[in-house]
Amino acid sequence: MHIVVCIKQVPDSAQIRVHPVTNTIMRQGVPTIINPYDLFAVEEALRLRDVHGGEVTVLTMGPASAEDSLRRVLTFGADRAVLLTDRFFAGSDTLATTFALATAIRKIGETFGAPDIVFTGKQTIDGDTAQVGPGIAKRLDFRQLTYVSKLVSADPDAKEIVVERRSEAGVQVLKSKLPVLVTMLEGTNEMRRGTLEEAIAATRAEIVTWSAADAGVEDMQKCGLRGSPTIVKKVFAPSARSEKAAFVEAEDQTPAEALVEAIFERQPALQEDLAALAGGY
Amino acid sequence: MAEAPKAPSKQPPAGGRAASKKELPEHFKSYKHVWVFVEQERGQAHPVSWELLGEGRKLADKLKVDLAAVVLGPEGEATQHVIGEAFNYGADLAYLVADPLLEDYRNEPYTKALTDLVNTYQPEILLLGATTLGRDLAGSVATTLLTGLTADSTELDVDEDGSLAATRPTFGGSLLCTIYTLNYRPQMATVRPRVMAMPERVERPVGKVITHPLGLVEDDIVTKVLDFLPARDSSKSNLAYADVVVAGGLGLGSPENFQLIRQLATTLGAEYGCSRPLVQKGWVPSDRQIGQTGKTIRPKLYIAAGISGAIQHRVGVEGSDLIVAINTDKNAPIFDFAHVGLVTDAISLLPALTEAFRKRLSPHNRDKLASRRAR
Ligand SMILES: Cc1cc2nc3c(=O)[nH]c(=O)nc-3n(C[C@H](O)[C@H](O)[C@H](O)COP(=O)(O)OP(=O)(O)OC[C@H]3O[C@@H](n4cnc5c(N)ncnc54)[C@H](O)[C@@H]3O)c2cc1C
Repeated sequence: MHIVVCIKQVPDSAQIRVHPVTNTIMRQGVPTIINPYDLFAVEEALRLRDVHGGEVTVLTMGPASAEDSLRRVLTFGADRAVLLTDRFFAGSDTLATTFALATAIRKIGETFGAPDIVFTGKQTIDGDTAQVGPGIAKRLDFRQLTYVSKLVSADPDAKEIVVERRSEAGVQVLKSKLPVLVTMLEGTNEMRRGTLEEAIAATRAEIVTWSAADAGVEDMQKCGLRGSPTIVKKVFAPSARSEKAAFVEAEDQTPAEALVEAIFERQPALQEDLAALAGGY
Repeated sequence: MAEAPKAPSKQPPAGGRAASKKELPEHFKSYKHVWVFVEQERGQAHPVSWELLGEGRKLADKLKVDLAAVVLGPEGEATQHVIGEAFNYGADLAYLVADPLLEDYRNEPYTKALTDLVNTYQPEILLLGATTLGRDLAGSVATTLLTGLTADSTELDVDEDGSLAATRPTFGGSLLCTIYTLNYRPQMATVRPRVMAMPERVERPVGKVITHPLGLVEDDIVTKVLDFLPARDSSKSNLAYADVVVAGGLGLGSPENFQLIRQLATTLGAEYGCSRPLVQKGWVPSDRQIGQTGKTIRPKLYIAAGISGAIQHRVGVEGSDLIVAINTDKNAPIFDFAHVGLVTDAISLLPALTEAFRKRLSPHNRDKLASRRAR
């Protein structure tokens, strides 16, 4: 089985600070991490390979420094890492991103064998769109299985896969055909640590590095800013509410009583609502 | 939407790029009207669809165009009922693809139905709910049509020249950005449940319904539904749509103390929720998380105890009618957007608060209140 996993190196957004005056992001010194949602995809891919044999290729598009994240996935036991890096990719929105990744996946197929499954995380923590997985599937003409909470079975010979997919009202059990694109839900498995040998091998491993042209991109107009139908026109800080909270002071009551009083004073109708909700009488 | 948002300082100046000028190609100029995809699962419409019709109404009125509901589903009463409701929530007309193959949501037939409708009837704006279904579908449709999609928008507007301006959080929620799709059609956006207000439901007659064939047979569809396991009612929280929500954060100090939140919620007939760290620590299940990467809520009353009020939490609760914060730190950011604050230790306050509410809401007191009002 050949499995491709797409990951993204993202800024650890818990540590992003916004300059209070200029409203720009202060990126200096912000560490990068592998998008946490992608780790569930990586682990699921490794498990499948361990059961069925074959190879796991991990793919990312990003700056040269994204190599760090690829090496980390190699320490978990991935067989190969491909870095797609080119200034033509800068400023890609989801549509341009899926163009680049799908082109690279086709090239991976030609070079290392056609993939049976392409995995992505549910979404990234910086873009947060959850649209790249479906976009890649469409461009490759693969079926897509999103929000997968459990891989029930995969049969490389019959080219079949059965998964549980989270929907708003419950869980769908879906059967589809390989090749397929799967986006994994968080919390579905626990990332392995990787062995010492794998760690050593990872530091020495060669990362396959492709420019847009190497990956087989013919039309640079479809990449990066030029290939992006969306335009970010304005970036701004959320406006603050003008008044601060009214602080409750307890005088002849307990603080709890004073708080209840303050709530009903502001929203008298709540008393009726709450009585109905609470007791049903 | 920019998947790799750039720091504004690093961006070329606005207007410096070809794509940032509006030069709508001729063949897109006939694209008119605002569409809302009405999401239904097993005959049940998702309320986010009505929220979107409310928002779509405003956009359509500004553009002086029609608001259409798009309904995909099996033939039959349930689907007809959903169409009726779409008119009650403000649609001027509806597009319907009714086919037994659309009984359960599957990406392939739904993508075909929606892209066919778009290509045939050509809307300028297409809105979908950012649910598991809407996000699965929107990505496929936008990629098929090669148009722009702004995911998880928190504000929608049209500017002077009629372009859709979709605002969404970026950089982990610390900033907002406004995104345009100037030169492609339709302009697509998704919005999460509860981000927009529920419009008023007004009983209206069913208007014009335009039907369109699916044009597929079961053998064309690769993915099969083997089973559907409905969420157990006891485990399914109604957090997003609750009237009263009580939530706790790290300030509670331990999973045992989170029990105090559940007790207050039970007394109030409320849903309980939490900030993200409690989910990460495994104290509370993930479907209880409130905020940018959890649920958005709009209750009449929101009580937050031991929550600092980080921006990612704030964006999920700002639509609440009354926000009450309990925190030991009088400078906690939550007091910048709460309406009522109490600076105190939540762990000792919560049991007393539960008791005070219980007393206040007891039948005895309620009768007193009623008789006082009658007088
Ligand atoms: C990409 C991204 C997405 C995120 N999404 C979400 C999200 O969806 N939802 C979310 O909530 N967070 C989210 N976060 C995390 C968010 O940034 C904050 O870290 C988080 O909300 C803080 O949780 P908290 O308020 O419980 O904890 P803290 O920030 O640690 O605050 C604890 C508060 O409790 C107070 N306190 C301490 N002891 C007591 C006491 N005895 N009684 C009363 N008060 C006390 C303290 O004064 C403090 O204000 C996200 C972060 C990122 C980077």
